[in-house]
Amino acid sequence: MTWSATARGAHQPDNTAFTQQRLPAWHPLLSASIALPLFFCAGLAFIGLGLGLYYSSNGIKELAYDYTGDSGTGNCSVCATAGQGRAPPPPCSCAWYFSLPELFQGPVYLYYELTNFYQNYRRYGVSRDDSQLSGLPSSLRHPVNECAPYQYSAAGLPIAPCGAIANSLFNDSFSLWHQRQPNGPYVEVPLDRTGIAWWTDYHVKFRNPPLVNGSLALAFQGTAPPPNWHRPVYELSPDPNNTGFINQDFVVWMRTAALPTFRKLYARIRQGNYSAGLPRGAYRVNITYNYPVRAFSGHKRLIFSSISWMGGKNPFLGIAYLLVGSLCILVGFVMLAVYIRYQDQNDDEDDDE
Amino acid sequence: MGDPTGRREAQRRRQNKPGPSEKYELRADGPTSMGSLAYREDLEEEKNSEFTWEVQANNQAYNSQFKEKVFLCWQRKKYKKNVIHTAKYNVFSFLPLNLYEQFRRFSNLYFLLIILLQSIPEISTLPSFTLLVPLICLLTIRAIRDLVDDIGRHKSDKIVNNRPCQILTGKSFLWRKWKNIRVGDLVCLHKDSIVPADLVLLASTEPSSLCYVETADIDGIKEGFPEEVCVQPQEIAHAKALRPGMPILEHPGGGWKVVCEEPNSRMHHFVGCLEWKGKKYPLDIGNILLRGCKVRNTDTCYGLVIYAGFDTKIMKNCGKIHLKRTKIDHLMNRLVILIFVSMVVVSMALAFGFWHKVKEFKAHHYYVSAMHPHSVAVEAFFIFWGYLILLSVLVPMAMFVMAEFIYLGNSVYINWDQHMYYEPQDLPAKARSTSLNDLLGQVEYIFSDKTGTLTQNIMTFKKCCINGVVYAESFPRPRGDPRQGLACASPPPPQENPFLWNKFADGKLLFCNTQLLQAVRANQDWRVREFWRVLAICHTVMVQEMNSECPPNPGDQLVYQAASPDEEALVTAARNFGYVFLARTQDSITLMELGEECVYQVLAMMDFNSIRKRMSVLVRKPEGSIYLYTKGADTVIYERLKKKGETEWATEEALASFATETLRTLCLACKEVEEDVYKEWRQRHQEASILLQNRAQALHELYEEMEQSLQLLGATAIEDRLQDGVLETIKCLKQGNIKVWVLTGDKQETAVNVGFACELLSENMIILEEKEIVRILEVYWENNNLQGGKKKELPLQFKMALVINGEFLDQLLLSLRKEPRALVQNVNVDPLESWQEPGEERVDFLQARRLSLMWRTLGIQLRSSGLIPQHKDSKTLRIAEKQRERAFVELASRCQAVICCRVTPKQKALIVTLVKKYQNVVTLAIGDGANDVNMIKTADIGVGVAGQEGMQAVQNSDYVLAQFCFLRRLLLVHGRWSYMRVCKFLRCFLYKTLASMMVQIWFSFYNGFTAQPLYEGWFLALFNLLYSTLLVLYIGLFEQDVSAERSLELPELYIAGQKDELFNYWVVLQAFAHGTATSLVNFFMTLWISQDSAGPVSLSDYQSFAVVVALSSLLSITVEIILITKYWTILFLLAIFLSLCFYVVMTSLTQSLWLFKHFPKNFPFLYADLNVLSQPHIMLVILLNVSLNTLPVLAFRVIYQALKKPQRKEEVEKVISEEITVEPVPCIRRESRARRSSYAFSHREGYADLITQGTILRRSAGVNSDMLVDHTVPPDEPSGSMKESLWYPRKMSFLGRKRHSHHGKVSSEDMQPPSEVSSSLTMDGQAVCPSSPPSQQSLAIWIFTGEVAIFS
Repeated sequence: MTWSATARGAHQPDNTAFTQQRLPAWHPLLSASIALPLFFCAGLAFIGLGLGLYYSSNGIKELAYDYTGDSGTGNCSVCATAGQGRAPPPPCSCAWYFSLPELFQGPVYLYYELTNFYQNYRRYGVSRDDSQLSGLPSSLRHPVNECAPYQYSAAGLPIAPCGAIANSLFNDSFSLWHQRQPNGPYVEVPLDRTGIAWWTDYHVKFRNPPLVNGSLALAFQGTAPPPNWHRPVYELSPDPNNTGFINQDFVVWMRTAALPTFRKLYARIRQGNYSAGLPRGAYRVNITYNYPVRAFSGHKRLIFSSISWMGGKNPFLGIAYLLVGSLCILVGFVMLAVYIRYQDQNDDEDDDE
Repeated sequence: MGDPTGRREAQRRRQNKPGPSEKYELRADGPTSMGSLAYREDLEEEKNSEFTWEVQANNQAYNSQFKEKVFLCWQRKKYKKNVIHTAKYNVFSFLPLNLYEQFRRFSNLYFLLIILLQSIPEISTLPSFTLLVPLICLLTIRAIRDLVDDIGRHKSDKIVNNRPCQILTGKSFLWRKWKNIRVGDLVCLHKDSIVPADLVLLASTEPSSLCYVETADIDGIKEGFPEEVCVQPQEIAHAKALRPGMPILEHPGGGWKVVCEEPNSRMHHFVGCLEWKGKKYPLDIGNILLRGCKVRNTDTCYGLVIYAGFDTKIMKNCGKIHLKRTKIDHLMNRLVILIFVSMVVVSMALAFGFWHKVKEFKAHHYYVSAMHPHSVAVEAFFIFWGYLILLSVLVPMAMFVMAEFIYLGNSVYINWDQHMYYEPQDLPAKARSTSLNDLLGQVEYIFSDKTGTLTQNIMTFKKCCINGVVYAESFPRPRGDPRQGLACASPPPPQENPFLWNKFADGKLLFCNTQLLQAVRANQDWRVREFWRVLAICHTVMVQEMNSECPPNPGDQLVYQAASPDEEALVTAARNFGYVFLARTQDSITLMELGEECVYQVLAMMDFNSIRKRMSVLVRKPEGSIYLYTKGADTVIYERLKKKGETEWATEEALASFATETLRTLCLACKEVEEDVYKEWRQRHQEASILLQNRAQALHELYEEMEQSLQLLGATAIEDRLQDGVLETIKCLKQGNIKVWVLTGDKQETAVNVGFACELLSENMIILEEKEIVRILEVYWENNNLQGGKKKELPLQFKMALVINGEFLDQLLLSLRKEPRALVQNVNVDPLESWQEPGEERVDFLQARRLSLMWRTLGIQLRSSGLIPQHKDSKTLRIAEKQRERAFVELASRCQAVICCRVTPKQKALIVTLVKKYQNVVTLAIGDGANDVNMIKTADIGVGVAGQEGMQAVQNSDYVLAQFCFLRRLLLVHGRWSYMRVCKFLRCFLYKTLASMMVQIWFSFYNGFTAQPLYEGWFLALFNLLYSTLLVLYIGLFEQDVSAERSLELPELYIAGQKDELFNYWVVLQAFAHGTATSLVNFFMTLWISQDSAGPVSLSDYQSFAVVVALSSLLSITVEIILITKYWTILFLLAIFLSLCFYVVMTSLTQSLWLFKHFPKNFPFLYADLNVLSQPHIMLVILLNVSLNTLPVLAFRVIYQALKKPQRKEEVEKVISEEITVEPVPCIRRESRARRSSYAFSHREGYADLITQGTILRRSAGVNSDMLVDHTVPPDEPSGSMKESLWYPRKMSFLGRKRHSHHGKVSSEDMQPPSEVSSSLTMDGQAVCPSSPPSQQSLAIWIFTGEVAIFS
């Protein structure tokens, strides 16, 4: 670098706002005059939101039944004990009776809930082959290694769907019966088993392999069902739009839960007389008890719930908003106090500046 | 242009190679004392002393026979070619080498290892791209930067290697390129050409075969590398002085053979011998032309290449730029290690959790039990590694790369700053180092050079007093730009230049006084006449007539070149007042006295030296009478006056008033000498000058005898003009709690004078003197020894200043090692001093009172013995030495001002090191000369003032300024901003990393410690790269807490940086806590909400949960950064907008169908965000998270601010009241008289010898002129005078040697019998200190007096 003077001012820096760090700017000051209104407004808004949330959450009805079958908790205990220590457990069914004193406002959703079930276990979570599930024929024959040890069956056939998640598919089934009059006959309430999965999952992410000769079964030829399954994947449902990889129960199950306690949607009740909800009366849920949970001291629950714009029943969100809102107001008052207490000095200070 | 840059690259390249070159490196942590430094050098001396390097001129066959073993049996030629490759890479080596370099950084290597670990499926917790993508991006960015740098180096290499030069081929010199030069070649150099390799000078066209070179281009690798002039061995010069160049052509090859030492890095040192025609001639460094020097004023010269290419001294010396690192950098590294360690600990804890959990999984959770083929311990071990990978995102990988960019940006701002642009020289400020910006905001000590840094090094003739009448400027110019126009272009009627009558008048002189002018022109008063004659005759200035074709002003024809600017100012003043110094020969001086030319015969020159403090010239006037003209310090002159009358008193008063104005004063006197007296004296003088022993002493005595009963003529006052804005800058820096120490090679008097001028010193300060210092320190040591090392503070309440002398410093810190008693011994008893200045011995009552008062305050029991520890074993000595150093530093740091004068460059560095070591503060050294290089390199920050003393300081500095006053802006604005920005950036970065990534840990508690990542891989990969980067980058580059103007108005703001307030462990802890809190809120609020909720799309599934937490984190962090940013510009809005855009775009991209279809495994989050965010209640969840993270912090800040404001005000009040209580302490005035006699020539002794011997007079008219071709400097060169100041005659080395012997003598006299020691010890507070402390010559002074000596 030479410093010798060449042309006068040749090295003179540019005089622009950017190079001289003089960009027009706003210096936001955290003064009380900004913070106070902010806190009060935010507090009021949050309280309003919280109240709204709380009431809409309160308006949601929820009806739950633990059918795990711990001893003395109903007739499912028989199934639970029957299934103990036997794999696969023998088919067993039990029932849950309940009555509604008034209309259970619809739309009503039926969930099952599992506890202490680690769908978020890392190796469990990755034990799936998304390309197989998206219907790629090559992946059907050659599942990815992550699926191991549910990659190939004992006979050496590729497992479809492979992996631990698919293998542990929840296979209890429920049917709901309504008794309109006391001692009247039980009428089966139609359960809508479609539309319970994410639209994108059902329509995009999960695809059946291309049919061979118009038959799904042929498409799956040469594959084995997961070891825990009693039937092949193409027989999950008689409905051709709900079988194979796009069986909605399967799709829902494959969307793994974040926490060891989770609910999954089983069905919606929205058809026929029940579109407005479940009318008053006695009900029976027939439960086909297949899924063993007692081994890992888990629980199975069955939940009827209505939903609102904010999803299911969730008082916590509303309470949290109420709490935050009132805290804002409180802090606002504290700030006001501090502001008044030190106002004189601050004024002096401002004058100085 | 090319070469220095290339060299710098080479420096960078070699910086990691430890080599012999490290010997001059002064490291902060290394041994600091002078002794150890010297020791290291001695050790170096031992090595490399074998003469195994043989070169025969023009005999390639011979020279290429030497081989050196490279590897096994592969050999190559021992002598390197002159090709230089400073570029690191070529086309093929770029990729591997660059990758290798990058992976030498710990963080990159760490991530590489993590990525490698990831490929093990058992423990691969994160998708491989998560870490790979950012790493590749960062590596690419770095590689591109390196590539751009390297291309520049290639270009400069090419330029350097292709420079033309003349090489002897066959019988003639042919133009070749530098790269063709081989060892043994004969090279012909012309004026202004650059020396291509290290040459032995064989011949030149100059008389005595001198060759003048300018070394400004050599970046002063070492302290005080003096401007080089090579002297050829006399014999050889004589042997072929027939016609230049001829002998070489006659003897191609010539049979010259050089045997010398192997190439080494010692710039000052060379030993070898030249064999020619069977005779051997010794060679030393004086015979060597070093690569990179520029041949000046020498028409042609011939050299024999001995070292080429990388063997040259300059290239060998390139290895030691030491990597300066900032405090924050250290903290950052420690922090990363801390994070890493805590990460390992957390991983272990979580793996331990898994250990417990996995038993349950294996036994009961049948759906996963088949996935545990290994034993519990092995599984836990795997999980540990899995967590290590998972949590590696907590280590801020991008931080270092981004910090580098921020540093770069802030450096560029410095280069861009218009307020630091110096228009007269067209010099903008320049940040040469791009990694020290934040340190600029933490400086606590500034070590400044004096000359050229604080002062302009321009001496202005301000006032004079003739015959007791004071003449000041008649038209006081408005203080301001001295460049504007003529001095007497006065404000009232634009009158003509009063000097027009004098065609030699120098238009640049600013002094004029009409009254005086009249007096001079009237030519009535003999005193006035003699006054100007003294100025015109008694000096060592050289004159050079410019042969410009049509000089605009005849006055411009004369160019004076003086050893010191003082002299130049005086002679120029005389010239303007009609006493024009025209020419000088060995024994005559030609003057133009009021238009009349007179030749004075010089009979004797009694040179200035620091003891004599005067200079005399004995001349025979044209009319035949003999006169002695003397000028010198007033104390010296007054003692030698014949009579003391009214005039003398008036003059003394004038002197006092000059001194209070901090002008440098000088007394002029003369006397007529009788012819017979002179004859007798001359006889003795000749005898004395051929004495072999004690010659100097004898001459001194003779001079002394002659310089008696003088007649006082008057006094002059010269202003050592401070640079513009120095006063304000120092004041401002002091307000910012920055201590300014002046370290100068100059005289004590001059230094003190400047100290007063720039208000570092003030009248109400006690200037501690050596004796007092010793006493205070002794008390301190004693107390420390008695209390078993328990520190006792120095009980000082006064405003004190420390003025300390280099030699005294040496004694203070070194005496223990060598001679335990030397310290006390040398403090007061200086034989030379007492011999010279008997008048100083009188008791000074004021001072005595002052001392006793001080002792009382200190509560000292004066003791006469046992002050110095008597233990001799090395350990105690070392401890004692350390204590000594510590005590000294502590004392010095308590003083309001510290001025160290007459310090060598090494001592400058030593002082800096000491302060660094014992105060643990950030130091900044500023200087402009080669003598400051050491200090600049030692200090944490080195600032070079691009001034007139060459480029060495600049080349070694970290920042280059044109003026001292820019330091204010550099520190208070840029430094403070940079520090604040870097701190804020780091805090934000830590916060954001922790806030976003800690959730992984919390999530572990809910997934059975299975190291399941919570975030999507792509979010992790892009979070640090795109989503959150711009905002922190904005903070690091643009944030301003207060405007530049306000920073300058309130220097107190700077203190925060000194105290590390903005980034320390406490701040880190805060960031850590805040980050943890944010992550906890984000995770657990989402968790609790999701537990209750159920719906068609709830957030209870893993992907939704991940999306919600990720978005909450991102938004929380964004809002937090928005809130702490205090400078919202359009760029900030752009940054926010872009960050969010990046999130939207990249998320929709990575969750798109197309990518999922092709890589379902890598893009599993198909439409997750779209589905989740279309739910209104999920937006509410995110809103809740963000507000919960923001509002409490906001509230806390508002309240804290409101509470802090009044507190701060109270503090300020307290400080003010404290200051008031300090004031009433009786301030003891030091006599201003002490400062008065302080005119000190800043030039060195020995010029008179040069003149009388005629060595440097070859250019004077009539002398040796037939030898010359045309050596006048082209007058059209605007900076000609500045450039010329860069080269000095080689005779310096002769001076140095002479001084050496002298010094030896002095020190032998220093050794006093012990009885005297004890007597000086027993002296109590009533003891007398001479008001001007001993100023002996020191060996090294001549290197670094820091003044410009001009000879040509």
